[in-house]
Amino acid sequence: MQDLGIRVLFMGNNFIRLLKGLGVALKISLTAVILSVVLGILLGMVMTLKNPVTKCITKIYLESMRIMPQLVLLFLVYFGLTKSFGINLSGEISAVIVFTLWGTAEMGDLVRGALISIPGHQYESGAAIGLTKLQIYRYIIIPQTLQRLTPLAINLTTRMIKTTSLIVLIGVVEVLKVAQQIIEANRYTVPDSALWIYGTIFFLYFIVCWPISTMAGWLEKKWKN
Amino acid sequence: MKEKEKLLEIKHLHKDYGNGPVLKDVSLNVHKGEVVVIIGPSGCGKSTLLRCINGLEQIQSGKILLDGEVITENKTKWSEVRQKIGMVFQSYDLFPHMTVTDNILLGPTKVQGRDKKEAEAEAERILERIGLLDKKNAFPRQLSGGQKQRVAIVRALIMKPEIMLFDEVTAALDPEMVREVLDVMLELAKSGSTMMIVTHEMQFARAVADRIVFLDGGEILETDTPEKFFTRPKTDRAKRFLNTFSFHMERERGGKAI
Repeated sequence: MQDLGIRVLFMGNNFIRLLKGLGVALKISLTAVILSVVLGILLGMVMTLKNPVTKCITKIYLESMRIMPQLVLLFLVYFGLTKSFGINLSGEISAVIVFTLWGTAEMGDLVRGALISIPGHQYESGAAIGLTKLQIYRYIIIPQTLQRLTPLAINLTTRMIKTTSLIVLIGVVEVLKVAQQIIEANRYTVPDSALWIYGTIFFLYFIVCWPISTMAGWLEKKWKN
Repeated sequence: MKEKEKLLEIKHLHKDYGNGPVLKDVSLNVHKGEVVVIIGPSGCGKSTLLRCINGLEQIQSGKILLDGEVITENKTKWSEVRQKIGMVFQSYDLFPHMTVTDNILLGPTKVQGRDKKEAEAEAERILERIGLLDKKNAFPRQLSGGQKQRVAIVRALIMKPEIMLFDEVTAALDPEMVREVLDVMLELAKSGSTMMIVTHEMQFARAVADRIVFLDGGEILETDTPEKFFTRPKTDRAKRFLNTFSFHMERERGGKAI
């Protein structure tokens, strides 16, 4: 144990490979985040409708997405679709689909919450100074909704980035998979590499997620009404 | 009073939320420069009356005229009418994401298309008059309830409305904040503004009103000068209502009698 396991990190292009793996994880999660934000805003607006049919459907969708572990959902899309319907999706596409489905549900609920949290008198006092409906939304309702939404959406982003680590289980070569490969390859030469490699991943995730969380907290404080 | 021109005419107004009438055949004229105070028990329709004037509520029948023009029709352009009718609400209704100045300037710049510099100069003039100039860059959350309400009044005033509606603007305030808001309203009344005020502050009502309108069960039961209304109310209902505000005095008298 004279030489530390950390040297594994600098053997060959191991560190670069880890970063590339992180890149794959980020690419998948950020694609899903962007899709979720767009679809979630639409879903959230639909959820505020008083129509019982849309209410029921969106409720079922939201609850089932929340109740089901993301891993089950991943397996369902990746393995289930192939076995039952012969639809062959790559691991990355399956991951984007699953995280978008889940993210849209969560985002939709955040949007709904932000929209209904704007009190009615905000609409009325906008109307009372002669603003048109469009102007009320543009200058009063949407800015306030965004203020309430942004910190929450950022938190959801970090959650989604972290949860992408599950996709290793459907064979996507992302940061964790790369780590396993490196550890396996050096099993005999550097037996304690696992600690160092996974430790590195811990810091990589931290470096990505911490600034995002900090920004969310900062925005929340800045906009506190 | 007879010589003055009618600014606002309410004719046979009926309002129903769907579970019984809230306003029954309410007719009322407000003349230019007049201060009308509407009082009455909770739920008598006072606030609804103001909200109907501003188009925030649909009415079932009757009509409302402003400057001789009917404003209660389907084709009414409320955005235009509301520029002539300023309204201040009970809840602190400033826009929380904007500074005091931006709150005040939203109407003049976006609705009336006025020059921002000119409107800002006017906003500062009014803010200075009510002692809030140092708060012009503050956000609503940094203000007390009384300060917020004063800013809300400025926000309505800067539109240069022909009539101002005040819907229980001090009801949600801490007692020590009430005075500063009422003082601003008294000042406005003195400067000749036309106002309709719904309030539970009886002494203020007496001081500020040209005319008291007593509303109960959605009907106007009494209309009189403040002097007459508060000293010699005509209806029993008004007498009973006013008695609920004078229990202190009765208790003192009772004490002496024993």
